[in-house]
Amino acid sequence: MLKYVVRRIFQMIPVFLGVTLILFVLRIPGLLPGDPIQLIVGEKPLTPALRAQIEEKNHLNEPVHIQYAYYVSGIAQGDLGESYQKGRPVTDILFDKFPNTFRLALAGIIVEIVIGISAGIISAIRQYSFWDVLVTLSTSILVSVPVFWLGLLLQMFFGIRLKEWTGGAVFLPISGMGNPPDFVHLVLPAITLASVSTAYVARIMRSQMLEAMGQDYIRTAMAKGLTERAVVFKHALKNALIPVVTYIGIDLGVLMSGAILTETVFSWPGVGREIYLAVMQRDWPVVMGGVIVIVLIVMFINLLVDISYALLDPRIRYGGAAE
Amino acid sequence: MSARRRKPGFPPDADPDSPKAAYRGGPDGEQTGGSSDYVGDDLANRPERTLWGDAWIRLRKNKLAIIGLVWILIVVTLTLSADFWVPQNFASPTSTDAGSLEAPSAVHPFGTDRIGRDVFSRVVYGARVSLAVGVLAVGISLVIGLLMGALSGYYGGLVDTLVMRTADIFFAFPYTLFAIALLAVLGPSYHNVFIAIGILGWPSVARVFRSSILSVKENEYVDAARAMGASDQRIIFRHIMPNAVAPIIVYGTMSIGGAIIAEAALSFLGMGVQPPTPSWGAMLSEAKALMVAAPWLTIWPGFAILTTVLAFVLMGDGLRDALDVKMKD
Repeated sequence: MLKYVVRRIFQMIPVFLGVTLILFVLRIPGLLPGDPIQLIVGEKPLTPALRAQIEEKNHLNEPVHIQYAYYVSGIAQGDLGESYQKGRPVTDILFDKFPNTFRLALAGIIVEIVIGISAGIISAIRQYSFWDVLVTLSTSILVSVPVFWLGLLLQMFFGIRLKEWTGGAVFLPISGMGNPPDFVHLVLPAITLASVSTAYVARIMRSQMLEAMGQDYIRTAMAKGLTERAVVFKHALKNALIPVVTYIGIDLGVLMSGAILTETVFSWPGVGREIYLAVMQRDWPVVMGGVIVIVLIVMFINLLVDISYALLDPRIRYGGAAE
Repeated sequence: MSARRRKPGFPPDADPDSPKAAYRGGPDGEQTGGSSDYVGDDLANRPERTLWGDAWIRLRKNKLAIIGLVWILIVVTLTLSADFWVPQNFASPTSTDAGSLEAPSAVHPFGTDRIGRDVFSRVVYGARVSLAVGVLAVGISLVIGLLMGALSGYYGGLVDTLVMRTADIFFAFPYTLFAIALLAVLGPSYHNVFIAIGILGWPSVARVFRSSILSVKENEYVDAARAMGASDQRIIFRHIMPNAVAPIIVYGTMSIGGAIIAEAALSFLGMGVQPPTPSWGAMLSEAKALMVAAPWLTIWPGFAILTTVLAFVLMGDGLRDALDVKMKD
């Protein structure tokens, strides 16, 4: 087991170096359109003296491979540079925002588990029923809805119309986390963030459940005279859940990284919105630093998912290739 | 293309390969075998015709896929012909002649926006941007992805490792963030949006195509071609590609929908298509502040994205079933 974990970690290193290489290439002046030094300076006029000063400070006058070495060793020491706008270390800014993003992602995962899994089960055990058609159709629609539009619609309906109709008595907040942070503020952003994944969870749950229900051991259980409830929940569900749980695990990483649209629509003070604001202000180190931290988190979560999968399934542990 | 090679009058459900035909036995078999027209057909065309012909028959039976296809055709037609009827009957998408924030009416079916532009006209012209970005981005992904996937799947070894590790690096990036980082460097513009989405899409294409090639290249006819001294190039393009392409067609169709959403998202964030060019995502971005005063600004562009993307998803689902491609959900 330990061997597997070590091998997985060693596989991650070249991938991570590749990520840093791509982000580094994006910063090389002249390679791509857009001058990073101009980005650093922003709207201010760029004098040769200022340019030389910035090149000196950011090691831009060194040969490219030396620059890359500086860059990677900086990351290894947890130094992601300083924000141009705020003058604070990027790591500080990100660590302030991460708990909020994590909170939202967790709420999204709960939505996925509760709604996605139960919709999938109902759909599978009552195949071709009204509920099945409803679930199948709405999952197709949900994966085609742009999340930010769904967010806007939810704001419009639950935040504004509902408030008008009930004379301000019943409505859901549409912006920020509340002060102090409360659960009501989580509802709409969490639903928005989880919408697409919930649809996928329901689809996977449905197909896995249908497959499990067709197995011999289910027929045996039925033949023994067990109730449908016992067959579904004790026998079929346990086996059908494994791929779903894997998907949800990987999705935790995706939700933490993909929250940029949801966080922007709901003014949720998380990492995604911070990166978006940084892009708007051309605050380059915050953007790149944010991307690196998120890539690391996603890789770490995927590693945990793989390890737990290997714990459950010995074939992965000894077989080598996970494919 | 290949569906057209079907001989007219050949009954579609008398396909000798289908299990139905096997059960029916005698009369049908005689009819098929007895038709000199059919037997005289170039035998080399037979497997190809049955694959695509069957696929089309199965696709036609799938109501949702046909709805998707029809909607795609409607959107394409409306968009391509827009110059001939939209400005004349409604308004040009950039004209600001109408009053500000007028509610939907006969003159302005979808209302007008903050600076008096006709929303209907902008939604119709916005489809141009969305479809163009969708098709061009997927085109770029396909060109890079097919090449990489073919190299990796056919040659294996070091090439395979290199290509697949590079793909892993791309997969490690969160999609939206990577697109934003790329556009922050390239600069937001219509061209850069489809370039960025296209570049980000290739690793998935390469993976799908690679696994498809890996299974196809085990076939005996590939060995036979090699034994006959065919070059690598000929084997890849004439023998493997045509048989490995079905999953790519399915994936490509669905990806167009994905690329349209990605463009809308990037334009919504201000990183995509820039004003005054009408883009659904950019329209929603302007609508956000006017949600109370002018809900039609939010509803119609979003509805356009939803229906268009859904059409490509349904079409892709239908193609998957019709071509009998097994893909992860």
